[in-house]
Amino acid sequence: MMIEKIRKILKDHGRLNKDPWALDEAADLYQAGMTSHASVNVMLALEGEFEIEFPDHLLKRSVFESMGAMRDTIAGLTKGS
Amino acid sequence: MSSHSLSEIVSQTRAIAQEIAAKHAADVDRQARFPSETFEALRKARLLTAALPKELGGGGANMAELAEMCTALAQGCGASGMVLAMHHIQVACIARHGMGSPFFRKYVEELVERQLLIGSITSEVGVWGDTRSSICACIRENGHFKLDKDATTASYAEHADDLLVTARRNQDAPPSDQVLVLVRKADRTLTQTGTWDTMGMRGTCSPGFKLTSSGSEDQVLPGSFADASAQTMVSYSHILWSGVWLGIASDAMARASAFVRAEARKNPGVVPPKATHLAKMSAEVQLLRNSVHGQAHEFDEIMSRPTGMEELLTIGWALKMNNIKVSSSEMTPRIVHDALQIIGIGAYKNDSKLSVGRQYRDSLSAALMISNDRIFSKTASMLLVHKDD
Ligand SMILES: Cc1cc2nc3c(=O)[nH]c(=O)nc-3n(C[C@H](O)[C@H](O)[C@H](O)COP(=O)(O)OP(=O)(O)OC[C@H]3O[C@@H](n4cnc5c(N)ncnc54)[C@H](O)[C@@H]3O)c2cc1C
Repeated sequence: MMIEKIRKILKDHGRLNKDPWALDEAADLYQAGMTSHASVNVMLALEGEFEIEFPDHLLKRSVFESMGAMRDTIAGLTKGS
Repeated sequence: MSSHSLSEIVSQTRAIAQEIAAKHAADVDRQARFPSETFEALRKARLLTAALPKELGGGGANMAELAEMCTALAQGCGASGMVLAMHHIQVACIARHGMGSPFFRKYVEELVERQLLIGSITSEVGVWGDTRSSICACIRENGHFKLDKDATTASYAEHADDLLVTARRNQDAPPSDQVLVLVRKADRTLTQTGTWDTMGMRGTCSPGFKLTSSGSEDQVLPGSFADASAQTMVSYSHILWSGVWLGIASDAMARASAFVRAEARKNPGVVPPKATHLAKMSAEVQLLRNSVHGQAHEFDEIMSRPTGMEELLTIGWALKMNNIKVSSSEMTPRIVHDALQIIGIGAYKNDSKLSVGRQYRDSLSAALMISNDRIFSKTASMLLVHKDD
């Protein structure tokens, strides 16, 4: 479910050179063409979609390098809310 | 590193700046020629491996000391300071990202032994100043690579022993999936495609070139350029370039001060009218100096923590690097302009002892060397998610 929403966001904002549905959860999105500029738009869309705010220490490449990493981080942020 | 050896690296550089770089600076600028005397001296003093850790045979200088070296050299000759800064950046990329590779460990020994000078090619026709994107690819086959690149601007490429070149990881990789490749002098041809008759930084000798090169696949720096860029290339560039610009500003300050002191001596007891402008200028120079030194120390502090390399990958740090670059590159020409106003015609004349023509022209490259407008637009986008919490 959450991965589905992340795929949709990546499709709209990730500017990948591959279809997000064809990518594995662990696939490296930077190697799939996501630029740091595009990753900022992905962050914004994720914050809007999941009604969260990424604290600054999580604003780094590794957190957004795969769908799985994003899901784990978002799950950590929404836990208990 | 002890404070004793700190002053040694910096004071050796300062001596070379005063005795050699400053002497040839006008000629280097006039002829747009490489400051070879200065680099011969730096090589002899074994200062070209200052950025390598001591355990690898280098000088073990931290960021603060490297920045001071660049400032000291730029006070004598801005172009020399810039070449030294660019060389340190390449050495740091290798030392910080290559040591897992037997090839690069061996290369570092050669670097120490022969005091090689390393240049950089990130710019490319078609992507221009966007360093995080490449058109050319590192084409690999049977353990070898081929790499051809059409560079818009490549400083001292013809004078460098080796070059670190960005390219797509392989033929199928997207533009942003890049690697850094070490191109050896014997394995490259450079065909100059433009001229370097610029306003300033003329001694960096940075025209466009078509590069063709090949070599062993071992020469591809391990990991991805994305990490090397954030953790090393951008941090070292923006702090050390700012160090260079501080050197140019300090040179202008020294000239303005000399002028005002000479005025004061003509009429002791009366504060020369220009002294007030000098007072304003000295506040600006202090601001620039503190911001460069502060940023260098913060980098060293981060690197003293086990999580350091990870911290350098955050948007928070990227913002700081963008901010130091744009602020010091905008302050420096303003400071040199103050010197021009204070000294007057003696600063405006190219052949006068207190001329600031070269300093002014050199300082104008700062805002273009990775265009500030491009950086501002990246900062603007990062601020949309950064909370400064
Ligand atoms: C002294 C000097 C030495 C150099 N040495 C080297 C070297 O050794 N190796 C190397 O590879 N390169 C080198 N460069 C080149 C440098 O890396 C950049 O490629 C170059 O400065 C960019 O020039 P550009 O004007 O084409 O800028 P670009 O960044 O391509 O921009 C072109 C224009 O578009 C504007 N612009 C771009 N993006 C945006 C945006 N997002 N928003 C608003 N405006 C934008 C810019 O302001 C500029 O006016 C050197 C440059 C200088 C000045």
